[in-house]
Amino acid sequence: MIGRIVGLYGSRGWLGVGAFLLLFGIALPLLSALGGPVHVSGYYIALLGKIMCYAMVALALDLIWGYTGILSLGHGLFFALGGYSLGMYLMRAIGHEGVYQSDLPDFMVFLDWKAYPWYWAGTDSFWYAAALVVLVPGLLAFVFGFFAFRSRIKGVYFSIITQAMTFAFMLLFFRNNTGFGGNNGFTDFKRILGYTISQPSTKAVLFAITAFTLVFALLACRYVVTSKLGRVLVAIRDAETRLMFSGYDTLWYKLFVWTLSAVLCGIAGALYVPQVGIINPTEMSPANSIEIAIWVAVGGRGSLVGALLGAFIVNLAKSWFTVAFPEYWLYFLGLVFILVTLFLPRGVIGAVETWRKRRDSRAGVAALGAKVAMTGMAGGAR
Amino acid sequence: MNPIFGTPAATGARDAEWDQQEAAFGRLITSDEVDTSHGPILYLDDVTVSFDGFKALNKLSLTVERGELRCIIGPNGAGKTTMMDVITGKTRPDSGQVFFGQRMDLTRMREAQIAHAGIGRKFQKPSVFESHTVFENLELAMKTDKRARHSLFAELTAAQRKRIDEVLEIVVLGAHAGKLAGLLSHGQKQWLEIGMLLMQEPLLLMLDEPVAGMTDDETARTAELLERLSGDHSIIVVEHDMDFVGSIARTVTVLHEGSVLAEGTMSQVQSDERVVEVYLGR
Repeated sequence: MIGRIVGLYGSRGWLGVGAFLLLFGIALPLLSALGGPVHVSGYYIALLGKIMCYAMVALALDLIWGYTGILSLGHGLFFALGGYSLGMYLMRAIGHEGVYQSDLPDFMVFLDWKAYPWYWAGTDSFWYAAALVVLVPGLLAFVFGFFAFRSRIKGVYFSIITQAMTFAFMLLFFRNNTGFGGNNGFTDFKRILGYTISQPSTKAVLFAITAFTLVFALLACRYVVTSKLGRVLVAIRDAETRLMFSGYDTLWYKLFVWTLSAVLCGIAGALYVPQVGIINPTEMSPANSIEIAIWVAVGGRGSLVGALLGAFIVNLAKSWFTVAFPEYWLYFLGLVFILVTLFLPRGVIGAVETWRKRRDSRAGVAALGAKVAMTGMAGGAR
Repeated sequence: MNPIFGTPAATGARDAEWDQQEAAFGRLITSDEVDTSHGPILYLDDVTVSFDGFKALNKLSLTVERGELRCIIGPNGAGKTTMMDVITGKTRPDSGQVFFGQRMDLTRMREAQIAHAGIGRKFQKPSVFESHTVFENLELAMKTDKRARHSLFAELTAAQRKRIDEVLEIVVLGAHAGKLAGLLSHGQKQWLEIGMLLMQEPLLLMLDEPVAGMTDDETARTAELLERLSGDHSIIVVEHDMDFVGSIARTVTVLHEGSVLAEGTMSQVQSDERVVEVYLGR
């Protein structure tokens, strides 16, 4: 087992993982918390922290889309559900410091509710809320996936249904009576586990935890895709019928990876909410889920590192663009998607690999040429 | 262990457990063991399949004995592929019985269960996992516990590697073990798919046009391979290539409009007037 984990990446890969942890897990949070000569501003910590959460969602989508060939256009839903689950705890941790200084969150006072609805029971416990972060998206994905995969719903039909599902949940969460704050969602958080949430040190710790969780998620995904189960997933993508006639019940493979993917999204959402300070139903909007697919397409489907890269590239571009040319961001995003589809079918990572292969083969040919020349000379000398 | 959680495991202890579970559910499938002690390995009786009123199979009855090499011919639309779909669980018949051995009712089993019970199928169009290597293709097809939770932690044993190497030799792809299957030639893909069937260790092999697109040399070698495999395995070959059928067939079944038109040796069938009329005469 240990040998298997060590073998997940080569020496260069582990070096990359180590460098990422050193920079994002230790150096950046320390620099931002301590201040000092090289100060990292809260803006960058917030931005990069948010992007790391998105990167985890990109990993999750890559598992189900890039490897298994099932395009989900509803992953924003699982992300939001994870966020709302932890958000319930964060709302209760506000205590009496709300505008109305009530036991209940402000939006419930506003609705004239006297007590928490039943599904809020137990959410004053951090650990219960943390369990919900995994259970709610996981259970929803499992039940939805069971019926969808058992009915052998595939391809564009599956994508449309997932899109409809996230849209339906968005409408549900927009309603005030649903009990999750309506269109304002949850915000104005004060503390998490007793620590003041606006403190730079709290933010730095959350940032570091996100970095470590992202690396853990990457390694877990890498373990899955390099196992025999991972090879079965790719076989589902390429020739599912062949696989069924080879004796595989593909339902359980799809259900496993689909649920795992949803759980990863939920965890990402839970890390996102305390760092960004707000969760509302727009996270469930269909456009959000489509954007996730664009990250993965840009980075490179079927490559975990590609998915991470895609999330970073697109979101860094977004944060710059929405400041520089706010009106044109969506046009630019659409253009990027079209260009990538046309010219980089395997994304940025695919382009890098092709370039590397070409360089290596050129180097190989050159080396071979030199060798031939050398032996030729040796022959002539004889 | 619930049947919907996967296919029965390969090991004896697991089989016993599986049997008990199945018995508890009151199903007809009572064993993982195919019982051919009192008759044929495959038994189709009065099978009818219709699509929107069109009868793809019309009261088809057919039996295949253990160790037999059976060729099935027939014009387009005779129901050859539908028959294979029924046997492998892809299509459910409207009426009729399909039994594997004495006790396994194939009409009640899912594709993966049927494959696990010992029926392997090669498709008309070579169907391999193109972005996997030849070695990995054989690994995926290998007879073993194919449930998801097992696959997550599965590692190849030395014996399994040896088995893959043996099959690589049989299908003459030893030199291409590390090559992506998508890069193989058409004939090599056909052989790889046959190799994948062998890895499943099936009792009954069903091959849909196994020599389509092969060179004469490859066709001859395929015939030789099938000869060698029959006996240990029961084989059903659906083929259009008459020379190939003539070279391997002992018994030929002619299908026409969803039922059996004639059955016998190649020469008997070729001299049957009805057969000449519907098929060979064209």
